[in-house]
Amino acid sequence: MAELTQLTLHETLDALARGTCSSEDVTRAYLDRIAAVDDRIGAFLHLDRDQALADARAADARRKAGQGGRLLGVPLAMKDVLNVKGQPCTCGSQILKGYVAPYDATAVARLRAEGAVIMGRLNMDEFAMGSSNENSSYHPVRNPYDLGRVPGGSSGGSAAAVAADEITASLGSDTGGSIRQPASFCGVVGVKPSYGRVSRYGLTAFASSLDQIGPFTKEVADAALLTEVMSGGDPLDSTSVPGPAPELLATMKQGIRGFRIGLPKEYFQGGMDAATEALVRAAVKQLEALGAEPVEISLPHTEYAIATYYIIATAEASANLARFDGVRYGNRIAGVDPIDMYEKTRSAGFGNEVKRRIILGTYVLSSGYYDAYYKKAQKVRALIRRDFDEAFKTCQAIVTPATPSAAFGFGEKTGDPLQMYLSDIFTVTTNLAGICGMSVPCGFAGGTLPVGLQILGPAFREDNMFRVAHAYEQATAWRGKRPPLAVDAGRTGA
Amino acid sequence: MDVNANAPASPEKIDVAYVAHLARISLAPGEQELFQQQLEHILDHVNKLNELDVSGIEPMAHAIPVKNCFREDVERPGLAHEAAMRNAPEERHGQFFVPRILE
Repeated sequence: MAELTQLTLHETLDALARGTCSSEDVTRAYLDRIAAVDDRIGAFLHLDRDQALADARAADARRKAGQGGRLLGVPLAMKDVLNVKGQPCTCGSQILKGYVAPYDATAVARLRAEGAVIMGRLNMDEFAMGSSNENSSYHPVRNPYDLGRVPGGSSGGSAAAVAADEITASLGSDTGGSIRQPASFCGVVGVKPSYGRVSRYGLTAFASSLDQIGPFTKEVADAALLTEVMSGGDPLDSTSVPGPAPELLATMKQGIRGFRIGLPKEYFQGGMDAATEALVRAAVKQLEALGAEPVEISLPHTEYAIATYYIIATAEASANLARFDGVRYGNRIAGVDPIDMYEKTRSAGFGNEVKRRIILGTYVLSSGYYDAYYKKAQKVRALIRRDFDEAFKTCQAIVTPATPSAAFGFGEKTGDPLQMYLSDIFTVTTNLAGICGMSVPCGFAGGTLPVGLQILGPAFREDNMFRVAHAYEQATAWRGKRPPLAVDAGRTGA
Repeated sequence: MDVNANAPASPEKIDVAYVAHLARISLAPGEQELFQQQLEHILDHVNKLNELDVSGIEPMAHAIPVKNCFREDVERPGLAHEAAMRNAPEERHGQFFVPRILE
């Protein structure tokens, strides 16, 4: 049998069900793996070994007592933006250093209800603002495929931990690509469900009309399972859409014969790295071989997406982050009066990117500029949504690269925030439109750096997206690929 | 405070120091100049939206047509007082302690 830490979530469940290992064995194996490699990766911000083992033993007792659970005994790790009762939740920020969550996010509670062992806090760009994880106020995350390159962001820790076999699956959040982009850079599966599919209760808000929680996994079926478990209406989030969870595991194996796959011509007009384009074109050929029909579509407002996104996202962030003022939680720097205290607290507690975005968001909402920026962006957002509505009249899913290139190096884009923002071009439209999207591995640029194929489905048609992803994954050899790091530190030696 | 009264004279350029104060952030001198330049650069890109005619388009605030979600007006359990206070930076007599607001 392969090492426990190399198993997919489904393989882990099988092993637990057969009794070939216990949850405690699996959890201990991950704790040992983290101890062995995370000084190189930097994916974890916090880990409570004793609590994780105690929770694992509780899961084993639950199994022994004949109780079930779709995730019974499987350890999972959370991006540091999701509240888990009794665990720290810093959002990668100094302002929340020492904060301990008093309740579970709904998504977390649903995983727990199915028996998952929730362990470890994963590194991220501060308040989920960034595309490289270089904005973590604690330490950087390194890409397991090349330690000199970024893992992507903002859920960089969540992606890197799965890629480096430090956990079989994790959760992240995606406001403009923060799940799909790091999944692409780290060669794992990452899913952003449709807006409203997964409750945001307990997810520290960045941009409330764009944020969604989603999974990182080693295979498509695992992502389907976690999405099913987390989905469905929640009375604690009025933007979660009522109704049952989608049936993804049951439908994803139906194949894609006769599926029309949209290729947005605007995405393939320059600006894309040659190696990425070649891999995505090869993936399209593969989908064609599986019986799908590629069709050219147009998303004419794509060139306005970054501008629209960075107005709406920063506007919402400036309002959401007003709550970090040193009054009720987080760190406080004393001042002579409340305003002095707020300014000192926020200036010391927030990093540069967070400050930049709060200032930009405050500006676009301020008197005299609201109509010119914020309201205008909301109107362009409607046009971007309309583009997708039109496109999905002629296709069941859309395929694009997840990112314009494979992982870039540390410091390559930090000097110019706009360049960093522009690297989100293929992912932000999904959030603006509220549709669903995912990234699945589709090969390696230069033979070494992972590239992700982005698959988009209409709002609340995750089933379409998973059918394409599963068919593609089963027909290709990318599943099960692991970074050289895994071999170096593993039993086979270098 | 009347925001307009203190608004910068030029409507074109962002006044970073002024907006930062609105956002309750104070910037060090070097930081302020850096942000001024970076934000002007970002706003140059954002002004691309002016190419579009959006007359007659309804602004989209939200991706889903959900509004006014009501629940029964009945008591339900909430966070215990002690749990709510546990992360308080400064607490006195079971309450959040803040600097004096009124003279």
